[in-house]
Amino acid sequence: MDTESTYSGYSYYSGRSRGSHRHGERSKDRHKSRSKDSRSEKSVTINTPPAEPLLGDSAVRGEQVQDDNWGETTTAVTGTSEHSLSQEDIVRITKDLEDSVGLDCRRYFTLTLAVILGLLVFLTPLAFLVLPHLLWFDRLQPCGTACEGLFISVAFKLLILLLAVWALFFRAPRASLPRVYVFRALLAVLVLLFVLSYWLFYGMRILDSQDENYQGIVQYAVSLVDALLFIHYLAIVLLELRQLQPCFSVCVTRSTDGETRHYNLGQLSIQRAALAVLQHYYCDFPVHNPALLSASKSRAAKHLAGLKVYNVDAPAEGPGNNAAAAAAGLAHSQSRAMIAAAARRRDTSHNELYYEEAEHERRVRKRRARLVVAVEEAFTHIKRMQEEEQKKAPGDVMDPREAAQAIFPSMARALQKYLRTTKQQHCHSMESIQQHLAFCITNNMTPKAFLESYLSPGPTLQYGRDHWLARQWTLVSEASVTSGLKDGTVFLLKCVDFSLVVTSKTIPYIQMSEEYIDPKSHKFVLRLQSETSV
Amino acid sequence: MSFIPGQPVTAVVERVEIKKLFQGGNLILGFSIGGGIDQDPGQNPYSEDKSDKGIYVTRISPGGPADEAGLKMGDKIMQVNGWDMTMVTHDQARKKLTKKNESVVRLLVTRRSLEDAVKQSKGGYAQQ
Repeated sequence: MDTESTYSGYSYYSGRSRGSHRHGERSKDRHKSRSKDSRSEKSVTINTPPAEPLLGDSAVRGEQVQDDNWGETTTAVTGTSEHSLSQEDIVRITKDLEDSVGLDCRRYFTLTLAVILGLLVFLTPLAFLVLPHLLWFDRLQPCGTACEGLFISVAFKLLILLLAVWALFFRAPRASLPRVYVFRALLAVLVLLFVLSYWLFYGMRILDSQDENYQGIVQYAVSLVDALLFIHYLAIVLLELRQLQPCFSVCVTRSTDGETRHYNLGQLSIQRAALAVLQHYYCDFPVHNPALLSASKSRAAKHLAGLKVYNVDAPAEGPGNNAAAAAAGLAHSQSRAMIAAAARRRDTSHNELYYEEAEHERRVRKRRARLVVAVEEAFTHIKRMQEEEQKKAPGDVMDPREAAQAIFPSMARALQKYLRTTKQQHCHSMESIQQHLAFCITNNMTPKAFLESYLSPGPTLQYGRDHWLARQWTLVSEASVTSGLKDGTVFLLKCVDFSLVVTSKTIPYIQMSEEYIDPKSHKFVLRLQSETSV
Repeated sequence: MSFIPGQPVTAVVERVEIKKLFQGGNLILGFSIGGGIDQDPGQNPYSEDKSDKGIYVTRISPGGPADEAGLKMGDKIMQVNGWDMTMVTHDQARKKLTKKNESVVRLLVTRRSLEDAVKQSKGGYAQQ
């Protein structure tokens, strides 16, 4: 019943009529972001080929473009106002709720496994030491100072192991990744096998034969603790040290406005590389402002809007694939005709763009000048009171919040106008501006420092929590996400408003050679005899 | 023409007076100089002592004012219009020779043949 035959992560945006497709999809995505406010953590899930977006895709298309197959697809109401939900959104929400329940179960499962393994690891040496005492106490050979020394070493090594494991593994998880962390799983299996083999040996050689040499048993326990410390060293090298040396340079581009940054990463799996990229994204990229993109979209719509294609010959009505092939051929020829006509038309939109941008630039600069003057003047109205004055004249004394409220009205208008001109007014609420002003006054900042956060868009983390909270990221990748980064790996990190395209390249092998210069070899001579005619 | 460091420089000089010729918009003298305290003295083909950094005449244009006044190639210029030329840079020497408001330059030059002539006459006198 759907019209697409194959689905892969990248073809989600390809084909069809681009302008209308994008509009409808954007409104749909905006609804999705509103419904996600209850999720309070950032999670990355992998997008294995799903079935549900196909519903939404064809429904959006159905209302805009006359399509031969529209009778065969489901028609659903797509929301045109800001506050309505469409049917596929509801489907998607329920599916996500199921997903989230699944995720929590997985997390608790992993946690319990880890706790059980940890207890096993810590109690095994103690069990080795205590069991002979419990089982055949009377036949044990007493061992004096040597054993006591070994007891102390076991105690301290266990303490060190405890602290090291706490430092490495007991950290609050910052993200939940789609696939299991391969190295950690391997290490857990290794530790389990190791401890089990020690138990096996202990059971067969010591418990069965009831060995009386207690010192040997204690030394056996010490060797176990030593080996566990070495496995912990292996864990540090595999989990922490291996990816420190930079090997790859990744280029991260935001799909909506083209902001690009480059980062150096070490040898990581794709999902961990994606996590590192996202952590850098929140600190480095300026906040995503959809209001700035509307101009290019309207221009794009205008390019094709002036042309209308009339089909003089009736499309061949035939059964089955004949109609589909005819429809496809028709769509192709239509789009080709439109492209040819658009190319031939004398387009003066570049002129409009140039003058519009120059005008906008001028307007922004004028507003900015007014804003800077207004803020500087406002800051001169208040003065920090010194200690001695505080005791003398407790008259009209204000705390920072009241002072901010007192001087805010004189700059509010200029600031509001500036934010509206640069399309940033939705990022800052009046409350946040007053809070920022009180903060600047408390810390003796100059007006320029106060204005810095409004004159240019800052990183996403700077803005209120509703901007970056409740973010669900989807990792779209052709290669398996637990495979390592390679030269030419490309993957996508999708969120509701935009996506980040990440490509990786290896840093080239550097061949360096040395050249020795003797410090006494720096010698100079005067230039050749010059001759001048007079 | 060598000098002993620390002693005053003594030389037998000839007075040469050159009238500048107006040619091609400039006042020219018709010879080329080389040398100076900022130049390499070892490259000087005319000096006896290869550490001599004085100003030497390297070329005379035939038929020019210097040629008519009797300046010879290889002469060392000791003074120009009273200005010393034994311890000057190349550019300073050029400037002293090409002053626009002077139409005549009076040089004191020395050459090997002058020394030899004086020595011969002195020696001849001593013999007598």
